[in-house]
Amino acid sequence: MKLFYITAYLPTSIGEVPVADSKLNFKDRFGALMVRLAFYRNSYKVNPGLYAVGNPDGASDVFVTANYKLSFDHLRKNLDELNAWILVLDTRGINVWCAAGKGTFSTTELVNRIRLSRLSEIINHRKIIVPQLGATGISAHKVEQLTANAAAQSILSNPSLSNTAAFVPDPVSLNPEPGFKVIYGPVKASDIKEFVRKKHHSTKEMRKVSFNLVDRLKLIPVDLVMGSYKLLAVMAVFFILSAINKGEFSLHDAIDKGLLSILIIGSGYVSGLVLTPIFLPFIPGRSFSLKGFLMGIITSALLLLFNKLGNTYLEMISWSLIISGISSFTAMNFTGSSTFTSLSGVKIEMKIAIPFQISLTSVGLVLFVVVKFIN
Amino acid sequence: MREMIYLKNVVTLQLDADKCNGCRMCVKVCPHEVFEVSKGRAKIIRKDYCMECGACALNCPEDAIEVRSGVGCAAGILSGMLNNTEACCGGPDSGACC
Repeated sequence: MKLFYITAYLPTSIGEVPVADSKLNFKDRFGALMVRLAFYRNSYKVNPGLYAVGNPDGASDVFVTANYKLSFDHLRKNLDELNAWILVLDTRGINVWCAAGKGTFSTTELVNRIRLSRLSEIINHRKIIVPQLGATGISAHKVEQLTANAAAQSILSNPSLSNTAAFVPDPVSLNPEPGFKVIYGPVKASDIKEFVRKKHHSTKEMRKVSFNLVDRLKLIPVDLVMGSYKLLAVMAVFFILSAINKGEFSLHDAIDKGLLSILIIGSGYVSGLVLTPIFLPFIPGRSFSLKGFLMGIITSALLLLFNKLGNTYLEMISWSLIISGISSFTAMNFTGSSTFTSLSGVKIEMKIAIPFQISLTSVGLVLFVVVKFIN
Repeated sequence: MREMIYLKNVVTLQLDADKCNGCRMCVKVCPHEVFEVSKGRAKIIRKDYCMECGACALNCPEDAIEVRSGVGCAAGILSGMLNNTEACCGGPDSGACC
């Protein structure tokens, strides 16, 4: 069965190669939207292997990507009007950056895929363009060594050998074919045409990872949808707690104050998961938990302004503590979506922030319950 | 817009400049312009911008760079701690990271 993004099959010396459409259609766009909203996010894949875009020949460029369909779509869209080959690695449906970090977008997978696709029989050069963000998983000099000669196959089947830095090929088994030279392409696929025009050179700007408002906005829905179950649970707890008035259960209070507490808890989540990412560069501080905490204070102040933070000072204080605790914690989780946090840094941040967040929220919660009993 | 920067002096990145052959691979793979090559030797010029992705160390043919790399993701570290696995987004069952 022909997949909807395959337009034809290109006859080559090694058989037919599927030609991928360089224009995205409604089905591609709809799928992308669903994935951004966290639907079937873990099974959005294409088949690994070799694809063609346009009408490539032996001299055409080869671009490597992951078998996450969004990655594949993004690449083929940006190869529009070019004639090129796409080599899709098997990353189990994960994007290039994450798969490279996880070890599936790897030197071994690339070397194997080059061999399995019989790439060297189709092209007459030995250059292969890997997205720069794949460099976390690919070692360019090892790819060249391992594809250079037949002895490489035995190295591949023995992973302990492939880790040795200096691999000296046995002269007898030397294949006359030189190895594949990895050229790192731009970070963004949208720079590919410029990269090709510049004869495979990435400028400083093309090598840099940005994290602008649009980048951040795209990442918000997934976090919101994935956090929504926890949000519902927390809301339910507060709804029930709200029903307590002077130590007794009151249906009137459940409806009156319960709805208000749902609004307030929801604001804490929105503060950490939406407002903090949007205003990230403008909120003071470097750690995400601090940024989220400050945004929580601002959110509390806004609620106070609209008279939605309770009636007594104690209530207002308890809600502010809970909101800023939730906001700080959820904002801290955005470190995973950001493009500039380090493992060492996040570990240090968490060591300080988590006890602080637990204290904020639990003191707020205790106050909230105390208020219910004294009044 | 100004470039965002994370915590100061926390990064584990280290360069042994004596081993460097000036091939510029580190400059080419770094997404945050941490390296510069002058007079045939690499230099770390923006250490605090490093996100410990490990691309430079992996692509250095002289093994001159060392960094403890991994995902800078709080949710991943937390789920790793709770499930007693390595830091990974998505939890242990999803089979997927990030």
